[in-house]
Amino acid sequence: MNLLKISWANLKDKPLSSFLSGLLMTLGITIISLLLLLNKQLDEQFSRNVKGIDMVLGAKGSPLQLILSSIYQIDAPTGNIPLEEAERLTRNPMIKTAIPLSMGDSYQTFRIVGTDKKYVDHFEATVGQGTLFQKELEATIGARVAEVTGLKIGDTFSGSHGLDGEGEEHGQAQYKVVGVFNPSNTVIDQLILTPLSSVWAIHAHHDEHESESVEDLEEDHDHEHEHDHEHEAEEAREITSMLIKFRNPMGMMIARGINNNSKLQAALPSIEINRLFSLLGIGVDTLRGLAVAIMLIAGISVFVSLYNSLKERRYEMALMLSMGARRTQLFGMLLLEGLVLSLIGFVLGLILSRIGLLLFSMQAEQNFHYSLNDISILPEEWLVLGVAVLIGILAAALPALGVYRMNISRTLAEE
Amino acid sequence: MLQSHQLTFSYSPTKRFSFPDIRCNDREAVLILGNSGTGKTTFLHLLALLLRPESGSITIDQTDLTQLSPAKTASFRAAHVGIIYQRPHFVSSLSVMDNLLMANYLADKPQDKDRARELATHLGFADHLNKKTNQMSQGEQQRVSIARAVMNKPGVILADEPTSSLDDVNCARVVALLREQSEQIGASLIVVTHDQRLKDEFSNQVIL
Repeated sequence: MNLLKISWANLKDKPLSSFLSGLLMTLGITIISLLLLLNKQLDEQFSRNVKGIDMVLGAKGSPLQLILSSIYQIDAPTGNIPLEEAERLTRNPMIKTAIPLSMGDSYQTFRIVGTDKKYVDHFEATVGQGTLFQKELEATIGARVAEVTGLKIGDTFSGSHGLDGEGEEHGQAQYKVVGVFNPSNTVIDQLILTPLSSVWAIHAHHDEHESESVEDLEEDHDHEHEHDHEHEAEEAREITSMLIKFRNPMGMMIARGINNNSKLQAALPSIEINRLFSLLGIGVDTLRGLAVAIMLIAGISVFVSLYNSLKERRYEMALMLSMGARRTQLFGMLLLEGLVLSLIGFVLGLILSRIGLLLFSMQAEQNFHYSLNDISILPEEWLVLGVAVLIGILAAALPALGVYRMNISRTLAEE
Repeated sequence: MLQSHQLTFSYSPTKRFSFPDIRCNDREAVLILGNSGTGKTTFLHLLALLLRPESGSITIDQTDLTQLSPAKTASFRAAHVGIIYQRPHFVSSLSVMDNLLMANYLADKPQDKDRARELATHLGFADHLNKKTNQMSQGEQQRVSIARAVMNKPGVILADEPTSSLDDVNCARVVALLREQSEQIGASLIVVTHDQRLKDEFSNQVIL
């Protein structure tokens, strides 16, 4: 028998109103925790991958789309650009490095990206087993890719057209796995990297094959077509985009020049990501406001249920006072009821938000191959605990103050 | 032993009470009879020092209660006075057992489960110890409140209309148990009532 036991018994005695108060508290904390977790992990993922990339050069279109597809590998590419022109534009003293990327194919939804060693160095990724790709049709795969697809060194596979894994297979040319990267928690984990030349080779085959199949139907144009195609493959080599690092911030000036004076587009990740986050931010702020409102309502619910039950329990309180209880003791007992609800809400909220994150992560992994499964407790969550405890205690304290005003004799005699 | 001397109390200038002196030795019982409005409950609350008298003194076991500070009064009452109210009241969320142990807990005494079980057996509600109090009949509840009043073996037991809501059978049983328990622990028993059925049970009577 102690105060905590009496408080707990009182909560259990009113299961429905305790449940409602606890539920509201849990819900509020779940939403806030989930937002904090998502915000932190998205922010980390985004800033880790954008680090060191000052500009992206690609085909005209949405700058955000260009950034998302080239840096984060989560949107469709904007289109292809001629390698020659890209190289000409990046032959500039302000530009430190320019990493070419070529994409459009995938293997089991993992993107196949044609690039060179600079891309790997940029993310500071290291090869765990085997070697880095060197020759045409050699591929080094990310840790996640190896894990999910089960590809091993020496295995061969053929990519399929498109990024959703439902495109037609490029059956003739097979990639050969020559290495697997160590996990780096960057976008490389979910990519299949190969030399640029592989992508050209594959698509050359592909185009040839395609033109052969239409040969019979379009006999008249046969010659012309073949010629066109060869011309394309040999001379106008294309890439999807280039990731560019400046020597100094003045490099930003190049972006405007490119956008105004060429057929290409230059997008600045810092600006686009800020724009994206400020768009997301409106939603996040709204949800956070909603969660705080729910927590406040939880507080009001604690207040109302305690206030009502105290009216019924006045005689009990007077009785306990007449049996030797101190007023501070009873006050503490009532505070405990609010506190216990807050703590239960906090613990359940933490658990539910983790479950929510894992569900979200499964979804994100399936669709974008991003995993967000760091479920450790964030420092901000201790702040949330503080707020929850404060709400619980305040909500209980207001009605509980009545204990100090109670006239024992009159309350006992009223009955 | 309980003794009162020239107690007066007023709720307002027009509603004044002065009470006869009473004296009740250990193992003795005093019945205070009075009709409604004669200040029976007020008198009992004064004796328990739930109310402060305007003048006069109350002595329990050689301690003058009117000289104690409010905090001391509460702890003295918890240890030395057991009170039984007209309608049995409990902490409704707790079991019968916990309600009994609460008397120990609030008086800062060790929680004596054995004594609670012993009393329950003796007062005939041993089967109900794990029930909530509102699952019991009025007679049973009143017996639980007798057990609660004697948990700390107080020197004085005060009972406010302990039988008014009971039928004749339960009334007789409750009175017998009250007397028996107070004699067993050597307490002074003071019963305040308008219940005429109790008249013949007590030789020592005070009319208000």
